[in-house]
Amino acid sequence: MGRDGGVLLQRVLEAESGSSSSEGSEGPVASSQFHVLAVDDSIVDRKVIERLLKISAYKVTTVDSGRRALEYLGLDEDHSSVDLDNLNVNMIITDYCMPGMTGYDLLKRIKESKKLKEIPVVIMSSENVVPRINRCLEEGAEEFILKPVKLADVERFKGHIIKGLSKEQQEQQQPASNKRKSMSEDLDNLPAQPPERRPRLGELSGA
Amino acid sequence: MDVIQLQRRFIDYTSSLYREVTLNGFLDEQFTQLQQLQDESNPEFVVEVVSLFFEDAEKLLADLSKTLTQQPIDFKKVDAHVHQFKGSSSSIGAQRVKNECISFRAFCEQRNREGCLQCLEQMKQEYYHVKNKLETLFQLEHQILEAGGTIPMTE
Repeated sequence: MGRDGGVLLQRVLEAESGSSSSEGSEGPVASSQFHVLAVDDSIVDRKVIERLLKISAYKVTTVDSGRRALEYLGLDEDHSSVDLDNLNVNMIITDYCMPGMTGYDLLKRIKESKKLKEIPVVIMSSENVVPRINRCLEEGAEEFILKPVKLADVERFKGHIIKGLSKEQQEQQQPASNKRKSMSEDLDNLPAQPPERRPRLGELSGA
Repeated sequence: MDVIQLQRRFIDYTSSLYREVTLNGFLDEQFTQLQQLQDESNPEFVVEVVSLFFEDAEKLLADLSKTLTQQPIDFKKVDAHVHQFKGSSSSIGAQRVKNECISFRAFCEQRNREGCLQCLEQMKQEYYHVKNKLETLFQLEHQILEAGGTIPMTE
């Protein structure tokens, strides 16, 4: 995650608690610091989700397929990993039903990647299929949202992002221990994970 | 026509579109959501999304017509098209169109060619109906703005 990710998280938590940062007077941290990658094959839905996110002050990138998402994230074998140090995606939201690679397939690829597995992933679907929902949650999706997506749904994303950043920071702080210590109260029910040398996710300053 | 009259007309027209949402109004709450996403920083948002929907819809309807004339019918392909149409109509709040899509998918599952063809006709009708309604709505909005008024909020 790098130093900047830690700084970002610190500022977010301070903003949440209402205290001001002594380090830099950049003011309260808005979610414009956060970058969301939205994946949907429907042009109408891409437009709507982009607007929902922008109006909630997120930086947004939209792509129309799982394949393009993997390319963007630097996971596609056909393209050389380009500019990994500047990859600063804080959350991925993807449609489930897409031709070629489904949202579930994309979720799996992300969770299998050392580099990307801590990025929170949210799945959207127009269909309320319980086994599908369970499968996604079991594979590590933060949430499964029923379309059409509403502003109220987007309001929950910040929590997922902060949790994701905290998880990363915890990993960074305990590289030598063999077991995760218990989480702080802010992070509920994170699964225990063996420590790894975390590769840098690069700048998270959300320029 | 003065601004007040235009605004009143707008409110009445909008109400008529939503009327009896549960009993099959043209538009549902999702359309209201879209309107709430429009502001000074993006004043054309609703028109833009709806225009994308129209383009997408017309392509889908053409594809559907084509796929249903093939022998034998590829019902999986038909279903995929309808699924897409259901998604986009749902995203803009075109309730009746969405409901037609739901019926259509049932016929697909039964591999019922006649049912599908009939449903396609109905779907086209509902689509052109709501397209007409939305274009009228946008026209009313435009007239209000031209007359120097602001567009009333829909409850």
